[in-house]
Amino acid sequence: MEINEFVANFANQFEDTDASEITAATEFKTLDEWSSLLALAVIAMADEEYEVTLKGDDIRNATTVEDIFNVVKSRKQ
Amino acid sequence: MPKGVVTNEQLVAEFPEWTVEKIADKVGVCSRHVATEETAVDMAVKAAELLFDEHVDIKREDIDFVLLCTQSPDYFLPSSSCIIQHRLGLPVCCGAFDFNLGCSGYIYGLAVAKGLIAAGVAKNILLLTAETYNKYLHPRDKGNRTIFGDAATATIVSDEGFAEIGDFALGTDGSGAENLMLKTGASRFHEKTGDLTFDENGNPHSSDFLFMNGGEIFNFTQKNVPIVVRQTLDKNGLSVEDTNLAVFHQANKFMLEFLRKKIKIPRERFFVNMADIGNTVSNSIPIALKDAQEQNLLHGNILLCGFGVGYSWGGVVLKITT
Repeated sequence: MEINEFVANFANQFEDTDASEITAATEFKTLDEWSSLLALAVIAMADEEYEVTLKGDDIRNATTVEDIFNVVKSRKQ
Repeated sequence: MPKGVVTNEQLVAEFPEWTVEKIADKVGVCSRHVATEETAVDMAVKAAELLFDEHVDIKREDIDFVLLCTQSPDYFLPSSSCIIQHRLGLPVCCGAFDFNLGCSGYIYGLAVAKGLIAAGVAKNILLLTAETYNKYLHPRDKGNRTIFGDAATATIVSDEGFAEIGDFALGTDGSGAENLMLKTGASRFHEKTGDLTFDENGNPHSSDFLFMNGGEIFNFTQKNVPIVVRQTLDKNGLSVEDTNLAVFHQANKFMLEFLRKKIKIPRERFFVNMADIGNTVSNSIPIALKDAQEQNLLHGNILLCGFGVGYSWGGVVLKITT
């Protein structure tokens, strides 16, 4: 599982935020577009793309996109 | 529906970070009805009155059971269904009770009604659903105020009619109770706590208002709904292809679309009608059925599936006979 692909999938959930603004180090909750609905979109993406169940707490406890990547990666193995 | 309407424009005025288009696009709701003066019981009575007006062949004196699904009763006691029996002028030889369920409630109501009829306990059951979740929401709870609408419905379940109630698959998992909960006011925590806090996105969290952990509810749904749909179809000896229309609890557009794709139901056989209604909890399936009927979409096998607070879920197939 590759981080660049994950970041692209993560960025794909956003509509008003340009993909170039989102990197592994992005603190996604500080983005203007971030909302509870986007949290659901990220959970759905993890299920669809990686067959991994992300919990609400995983998102709550994460700061950067890479934090989420690490959770998904650890559950994928 | 109650008289009051809250539009996306009104919500955006209160929450400038939302846009009207985004709510409509993602959540699938443009406006929702909100009860202010009316209670769920008032609305249930009105729904039943409309049913009797619309179907003059259904006589009040023939009703021998009232079932009310609500989580917004008028009082702790008596059962709201007793008050409704009196207000509707139904016979005193009528049985009546409330049951406390949310988004799965209509399926359970059909199951209980079918059981009462099959056992010969009752012949003509007035099944009511009525909910006013908006009364339980904090005014700053943007997400839930966007999703939930208030409503009531009335259905007659009898030993004759336009649809035969098939076999059920039901499920419960109380381990998820805390993920959709209004904690205070009842017996365990009778007094309000006043423990209101706001998270980093400005969303309120309080034991005194309805709380929904959206992520966990989403996970519960995407895990359990495909399973209960398969169980329901198996019990009725059907496949997805044999289903003429699927009417799911109208949770929100995002979740419905996710489930539809996961279960592989073609878009044209998957009913979505929440744009002017919102998520009306136990009312969503009967409202959708009524709308589907008016659009002449009820033919053959209709798959119903409700899921939510509890966790509680259930599915059934209606076989349209006319």
